[in-house]
Amino acid sequence: MWESPEPKKGYDVIIVGGGGHGLGTAYYLAKEHGIKNIAVIEKGWLGGGNTGRNTTIIRSNYLWNESAHLYDHSVKLWENLSEELNFNMMFSQRGVMNLAHNEHDIKEMKRRISANRLNGLDTQWLDTKQIEELVPIMNTKNLRYPVLGAAFQPRGGVARHDAVAWGYALRSNEMGVDIIQNCEVKDIKTDNHKVEGVNTSKGFIKANKVAVVASGHTSVLAQTAGVKLPLQSRPLQALVSEPIKPVINTVVMSNAVHAYVSQSDKGELVIGAGTDGYNSFTQRGGYDVIEETVRAIVELYPIFGKMKMLRQWGGIVDICPDASPIISKCEVKGLYFNCGWGTGGFKATPGSANVFAHTVAKDEPHKINAAFNLERFSDGRLIDEHGAAAVAH
Amino acid sequence: MILIDCPYCGEREQSEFTNGGEAHVIRPKNPEALSDKEWGQYVFYRSNPKGIFYERWNHSHGCRKWFNAVRDTSTDTILKIYKLTDNRPDISEFKSSLKSPSGEPAVGSGNFAVKK
Repeated sequence: MWESPEPKKGYDVIIVGGGGHGLGTAYYLAKEHGIKNIAVIEKGWLGGGNTGRNTTIIRSNYLWNESAHLYDHSVKLWENLSEELNFNMMFSQRGVMNLAHNEHDIKEMKRRISANRLNGLDTQWLDTKQIEELVPIMNTKNLRYPVLGAAFQPRGGVARHDAVAWGYALRSNEMGVDIIQNCEVKDIKTDNHKVEGVNTSKGFIKANKVAVVASGHTSVLAQTAGVKLPLQSRPLQALVSEPIKPVINTVVMSNAVHAYVSQSDKGELVIGAGTDGYNSFTQRGGYDVIEETVRAIVELYPIFGKMKMLRQWGGIVDICPDASPIISKCEVKGLYFNCGWGTGGFKATPGSANVFAHTVAKDEPHKINAAFNLERFSDGRLIDEHGAAAVAH
Repeated sequence: MILIDCPYCGEREQSEFTNGGEAHVIRPKNPEALSDKEWGQYVFYRSNPKGIFYERWNHSHGCRKWFNAVRDTSTDTILKIYKLTDNRPDISEFKSSLKSPSGEPAVGSGNFAVKK
């Protein structure tokens, strides 16, 4: 287990947010950049935010070069993460399938597959017959929006969400990183456009650099330092069923009817619902959103019609106008943000943490995250990934 | 699910409505005089407070009329609903129960990782 120390008076780097991205950032800062005087400050418990609330899907089949490089950097790190951290990530490359339900879906997906292949990604097109072979329980024809094909990435899959937080926590703690839980950062103190430290529920802590990775709450914290971020926070829900015998051995996502499902190692179906249509920080979400997803699931998989759902929950995601993240410094010296992951941050955990650590350590972005800066919202170089983001924004 | 009191139709379920984002965003009168940064602020940046939020709603599955609301985003409590022709209510009219900008309210949050 990692230790739970009281905070020191000051640190070289304070990371706000003890989820996978934050703990990973601490790990890579300590391991690759030789910075050991680090604290990770978490309001609740480790991995209790969106790291513990997502549907654990991992893939990199994004349209634009910048995104493909970033997300595939992450998939490559996932592939060796269990070994690197000596902690079982339960990373299972069972493939991720994105269904096409109409003519537009087909064209958009085939375009994305071509773009992916130019970037060296393993995405391929499946016709309905191939889908039926892979997922025999799927109803492809007798439904309102028939399944016409799918984009399939075999290297995609799922991993254990807690393991990534715990693995990074253990190894960064071994290298001397202080992990401070149940400590809320109330505001970020700046002086003359330079960061001074953070005010927390355990008092003021000084820091040369502050890196904020607080997902839904990032923009709220940024505001306390006088920085505006182009983010909107919304609840995103997921649910799991009672455990059953193995019936589905890949991840199936559908943008058009909004249903995505995979089966956990315990046998539960893990189902992702959508975001609510309004800003909120309540971590609950509306019932009608779940109803819509369950309706689509039952139509696609009639076999699930009489299953019972065990749990439902919500997390607050920070949505960016172009559905791509922000991994960037800002106008305040020593203040860094890794945010805007919206509805798809889990897959990026190791890659995001790795390039963010580089950004914080060197005070300049890694070439992989250079395009994910804040300036793109004034110079117009947006990275529009609304098509590849699974949950409609 | 929250209930929204449409000023024209009365109280209905939220799923009948479409949210229109932040209210009272005014298009700059002189776009040609603005820098890229200022124009970007108008196009992409909206306030995203935890607490008192001024927003627009459209009763899209009802009367299809637009109106404004003031809502506490930390609890989803609707504090005031007013017509587009009404003046923006002053923020001092409303109280947020949050003790810190990113804290959790005593009632109305599902964040059990933090609630004691």
